[in-house]
Amino acid sequence: MNLDLTEEQELLRSTVRDFARERIAPIAEELDREHRFPYDLVRELAELGLMGMTIPEDYGGAGADTVSYALAVEELTRVDSSVAITVAAHHSLGTLPIYYYGTEEQKREWIPQLASGEKLAAFGLTEPDAGSDAGAARTRAELCDGGWVVNGSKMFITNAGTAITACVTITAVTGDGEISNLIIPNGTPGYEIAPPMQKLGWRASDTRELAFRDVRVPEENLLGSRGQGFRQFLEILDGGRISVSAMGVGLAQGAYDLAAKYAQERQQFGKPIAKFQAVQFALADMATEIEAGRNMVIKAAWLKDQGRPFAKEAAMAKLYTGELSHRAANAALQIHGGYGFMDEFAISRLYRDQKILEIGEGTNEVQRMVIAKHLGL
Amino acid sequence: MKIAVCVKHVPEQSKRIDPATKRLDRSGEGAINPFDVHAVEEALKLKEDRGGEVVVVSMGPAGAQDSVRKALAMGADSALLITDEAAAGSDLVATANVLAAALESEAPDLVLFGQQAGDSDGAVLWAAVADRLHRPVISQVANLSVADGKVRGKRQTEFGYDVIEAPIPAVLAVSDAINEPRYPSLKGIMGARSKPQRTVSLSELGLEGGVTGEAGSKTVVQALSDPPPRGDTVKIEDDGSAAEKIVEFLAERKLV
Ligand SMILES: Cc1cc2nc3c(=O)[nH]c(=O)nc-3n(C[C@H](O)[C@H](O)[C@H](O)COP(=O)(O)OP(=O)(O)OC[C@H]3O[C@@H](n4cnc5c(N)ncnc54)[C@H](O)[C@@H]3O)c2cc1C
Ligand SMILES: Cc1cc2nc3c(=O)[nH]c(=O)nc-3n(C[C@H](O)[C@H](O)[C@H](O)COP(=O)(O)OP(=O)(O)OC[C@H]3O[C@@H](n4cnc5c(N)ncnc54)[C@H](O)[C@@H]3O)c2cc1C
Repeated sequence: MNLDLTEEQELLRSTVRDFARERIAPIAEELDREHRFPYDLVRELAELGLMGMTIPEDYGGAGADTVSYALAVEELTRVDSSVAITVAAHHSLGTLPIYYYGTEEQKREWIPQLASGEKLAAFGLTEPDAGSDAGAARTRAELCDGGWVVNGSKMFITNAGTAITACVTITAVTGDGEISNLIIPNGTPGYEIAPPMQKLGWRASDTRELAFRDVRVPEENLLGSRGQGFRQFLEILDGGRISVSAMGVGLAQGAYDLAAKYAQERQQFGKPIAKFQAVQFALADMATEIEAGRNMVIKAAWLKDQGRPFAKEAAMAKLYTGELSHRAANAALQIHGGYGFMDEFAISRLYRDQKILEIGEGTNEVQRMVIAKHLGL
Repeated sequence: MKIAVCVKHVPEQSKRIDPATKRLDRSGEGAINPFDVHAVEEALKLKEDRGGEVVVVSMGPAGAQDSVRKALAMGADSALLITDEAAAGSDLVATANVLAAALESEAPDLVLFGQQAGDSDGAVLWAAVADRLHRPVISQVANLSVADGKVRGKRQTEFGYDVIEAPIPAVLAVSDAINEPRYPSLKGIMGARSKPQRTVSLSELGLEGGVTGEAGSKTVVQALSDPPPRGDTVKIEDDGSAAEKIVEFLAERKLV
């Protein structure tokens, strides 16, 4: 039994921590206020090898393990969720499906530019009328004259519309009860990307509604074989939950950092509010839950690295950290009093950024359904 | 060109001095001395420009491996860590003896230091080491270039800049204004472990007992005291007239 991180994991964590503090923190508020996608940061993260962390070096990635990936996502979220989700959605949702299910040719075509972070990729599963019930997707793809013709729409797709997005992998109905995944390159005629959606949080991240009108792509753009789409996206979501749960821990830790600092500075009744037991208990509860949540995330990531089943643990981590980040953001803002409600205090941004962690990549309710299924209920 | 960079592993947080032992409290987490990261960066830039290799040299406890590894992850090629119980408690002279012996064995063309160690802030070691190696030293280097077997350093002073040229081999202490250090890339981090890293004891460097550690340290810390309290402070709250009041305050003392 060994709970120590490896030297590489430690050094990676401190490097990402330094990067987030020195490069991201100073502009996080501005990016959020201006709803501005962080192109420069993405380029810097790419140079550090953080856009394709777990992709093997042969394909232009860094060959790191899932634990390292979770640590990096946590440290990014601690400072800025928009940057973290840009990395996590690109890696877990955009790049991994092609890496896992693509043919050697597809991998050689797409992965090097994605793993290096030169280009971004998106994953389009959700539709206006198919969210939690993703299997109810209505986007259709029909084979005719050696190509797929796609019609339909997708909703809330992260990273789909940036200036450096290369493609989106979408789930589509390809036959009777048959769901498959298809790669749609950006710029394909008939594929329309709506303007960025206006959101409560994650304001510097790119979220789009997509429309497909007689979009034609070659037959080879099918990912894996026909009818595998449902199984593929379930697997992708299992893995994606690890990074979203790392975001939950990171957000809670960031909220804790802000609250602990503020509580020591803010004086009321003649002393720092951190001297009041009620405030101390709130911080102690936060720290305790963060410790528990972090251990759940690392365990799920470690299981994945061992090649063992991890879906149940990932769903549990996602559920727990989603809810714990909710409690932490709420308590941390409460400690800030009225100042916490003001835009110039970072906690207000963390509070807004938190909510989606209980919705994206499966709502809390969906996590409970997944966990119950694993429990054989 | 072979470049050696001296890096020190320093406590990350406290600068507390233990009143009993009169030594710096080194119990907490350690990290590479921030000033030395600039020396590593400058060495890497020289290597990228002109070819060659960069070796990291450090004396410290086993934990100093973390600092060495960071320098390797940034891109240094190899490392030499001198770690020995008998080196604990070394003062300036004792530390200089050890580093000089280690550098002698590496025979680099250039030795780069940071300007000072963030824990004890001596800002002297490079001079002492250069003296032992019988090499010229340029300190406070804010800009560095190498040409025709010579190194030229633009030296930051209180009154402007000195430009000093020295024949290679030479010793340089760089200022933190010289560059903006890179972050180690993930590839660098993953690759650091497989780079040549040697850990040596004092005897392996051919050093006898008595030249280093407590035994070799002639410095005696006689007393420690807090800096004298500052004179009366005047707190000016800004009610719109703060600027005027500050000017008045300074004028009264004939400071402006
Ligand atoms: C900012 C953002 C980014 C996103 N990025 C992506 C992306 O990149 N790719 C992508 O494919 N999707 C993305 N999504 C979509 C996200 O995954 C969905 O919003 C989510 O799965 C929920 O679907 P829905 O919004 O349709 O909610 P619905 O499914 O309509 O759910 C509404 C409510 O009903 C509850 N509910 C539904 N069914 C049940 C049930 N059986 N039992 C109990 N409760 C139930 C839900 O838990 C929820 O509380 C993103 C969403 C957002 C907001
Ligand atoms: C009260 C007091 C207590 C002290 N307690 C201790 C103690 O407990 N332990 C202790 O070690 N020292 C202690 N010292 C300081 C000790 O004397 C210094 O190590 C010595 O003066 C060297 O100076 P410096 O470490 O400040 O290095 P500087 O001269 O400031 O360092 C300049 C550069 O030299 C290089 N360098 C410095 N140290 C090393 C190293 N070990 N390996 C490789 N490169 C290096 C780095 O590039 C650094 O940037 C104490 C000093 C005082 C006054």
